[in-house]
Amino acid sequence: MFELLGIPPQVLLGQLLLGLINGSFYAVLSLGLAVIFGLLNIINFAHGALYMAGAFVAWMLLHYLGIGYWPALILAPLIVGVFGIILERTMLSRLYHLDHLYGLLLTFGLALIIQGLFRNYYGVSGLPYRIPDLLSGGHNLGFMFLPNYRAWVVVASVLVCFGTWFTIEKTRLGAYLRAATENPALVSAFGINVPLLVMLTYGFGVALAGFAGVLAAPIYSVNPNMGADLIIVVFAVVVIGGMGSILGAIVTGYMLGIIEGLTRVFYPEGSAVVIFVIMAIVLLIKPEGLFGRAA
Amino acid sequence: MMKKLALTTALGALVAGAGYAQGIDVKLGVLNDRSGVYADLSGEGSVVAARMAVEDFKAADKGLNVEIISADHQNKPDIGSSIANRWYDEEGVNAILDVPTSSVALAVADITAEKNGVLIDSGAGSTQLTREQCRPTTIHWTYDTAALANGTGAAMTNAGGKKWFFLTADYAFGHSLEENTVKVVEANGGEVVGTVDVPFPANDFSSFLLQAQGSGADVIGLANAGGDTVNAIKQASEFGITQAGQKLAALLFFVTDVHALGAETAQGLSLTEAFYWDQNDATRAWSKRFMDTHGAQPTMVQAGVYSGTMAYLAAVEAVGNTDGKAVAAQMKSMDIDDPLFGKVNVRGDGRAVHDMYLFEVKTPDESTGEWDLYNQISSISGEDAFLPMLDECDFTKQ
Repeated sequence: MFELLGIPPQVLLGQLLLGLINGSFYAVLSLGLAVIFGLLNIINFAHGALYMAGAFVAWMLLHYLGIGYWPALILAPLIVGVFGIILERTMLSRLYHLDHLYGLLLTFGLALIIQGLFRNYYGVSGLPYRIPDLLSGGHNLGFMFLPNYRAWVVVASVLVCFGTWFTIEKTRLGAYLRAATENPALVSAFGINVPLLVMLTYGFGVALAGFAGVLAAPIYSVNPNMGADLIIVVFAVVVIGGMGSILGAIVTGYMLGIIEGLTRVFYPEGSAVVIFVIMAIVLLIKPEGLFGRAA
Repeated sequence: MMKKLALTTALGALVAGAGYAQGIDVKLGVLNDRSGVYADLSGEGSVVAARMAVEDFKAADKGLNVEIISADHQNKPDIGSSIANRWYDEEGVNAILDVPTSSVALAVADITAEKNGVLIDSGAGSTQLTREQCRPTTIHWTYDTAALANGTGAAMTNAGGKKWFFLTADYAFGHSLEENTVKVVEANGGEVVGTVDVPFPANDFSSFLLQAQGSGADVIGLANAGGDTVNAIKQASEFGITQAGQKLAALLFFVTDVHALGAETAQGLSLTEAFYWDQNDATRAWSKRFMDTHGAQPTMVQAGVYSGTMAYLAAVEAVGNTDGKAVAAQMKSMDIDDPLFGKVNVRGDGRAVHDMYLFEVKTPDESTGEWDLYNQISSISGEDAFLPMLDECDFTKQ
């Protein structure tokens, strides 16, 4: 039988697909980070905590109110987004004229507080959240068993990523947004409400994190540490893609998911660090990131 | 005859005098994970258990002034060591309790021996605590990786699971658990068809599970703990692995993990524990009090902290002071009949020997409540569960 580096092709195909699925999470999360950084210049360290909050909100909707997965997929990001807007209005908006570092420290502190609150209240063992009935089960593709839910994760993430990219790069609203980051004074002179635009953008970026959290809830256990484990990887993805580059965040998200998946086959012990190795190499060769514009 | 009687009486008076003449100050430090992956299975619950032990021992009536303090070692040996040093040197702690995470426990065991305290470990799993790195002042109370392997590993191999594939958490504990289980599997006529070292901690096990699936193994052994095990089991069910007939062996699994997973996903898993809240009237009564204070049922680790503390206080009372070596030696020589663990014999190497139990997780139909999770399959006698003692570790001879 044909083998590549000692790995049968069906196993390899399976791992590629799994990598793509994980990449979907990286893409949605790093997209949110890139939007927030690109348009607000805030390094949003609270992103992981808000992703975790998205998963918890989905669980709470089900547990306390009996609201199932599908409505939660819309409601939880909205709730997390509104929470983000409150954070932006009450805290972040005071820091825009200061160095990046202040935003980073503030959001890092917020992340610790949010995680601590959830941990105190719900413990660390995690909470069960079932895969919705419509998506339970799976298909045998010949080379692997693909759970329907994971296939849905890929579809949902591609749709959201494409929609966001299209809005920012191809629509009039996107043009306003981009202009507002370049020259807020000029844009507001044209009668556009820049603070409102910024507020909604942060809310949207945060809602993306919440959306990824709902997607993750049925696969991973819903626990307060789920965001903290992921956020560092996602930051590495954003750095590799180029800080603030929308397309870069999306493409590197999927790509690194696949590379990580392949590492799990060839050298499992290295799979936890491979992304950081790539980040180090990219920073040495092309410090602005693969899709970034040189500053 | 007269002379012997007089001597015994004098000795009795001396012992009693030491016990009652003045109050003995005892300071206990509960050192565990209070925020990370092991916080639910040890954490604040272990402090609650230690307090219950002091209450039930009626320490105050017996002239012992017991104080309990606690700290978070964050599963890091350096942090655990510095807390242990500070506790012994500056805060006058006499014994350290719980200490999950083997790497931290081994570091604290060394410091405890040096400072002549007592380490009563409930949460850590490494057999090294009473073997390669045995110390006269270490008591290892609840379980170890050998007992887990002898329970779940042997039971599943004998039930027809001959071919094993291991998913091993890539650190000391995971490797120790894998090694112990491999020995048991092979001794029972099974074989190992593959292993993969999974970085710790991990969220996504799908790649590794796919490799296990492709290996044709009967049993996938999960040599990990806490959130890692929960995620691995959840994803195995998602990928149709258990439905297709491969069995999962959760080698270390606590009641709080099963609770987190829900009976729906965890049903049918077999696991080994030293204690389950719903075993008999005594465990139910104790667990109810624990539940009322803590809001969750106790894990075997928390139950072990209670029992270890009771035995320690009894030993201090008998010895009449808190000298670490003397108290540990007393714990090894006295008869312990514990309300939660039954008959316990602390061996010369500090290994507390008691029965272990094999459980199976109930199906959702069998389960009558959110904590009604286990059926007991069998019990394993202490002699069969734990490894034999190494000669050089028998501190009662030295």
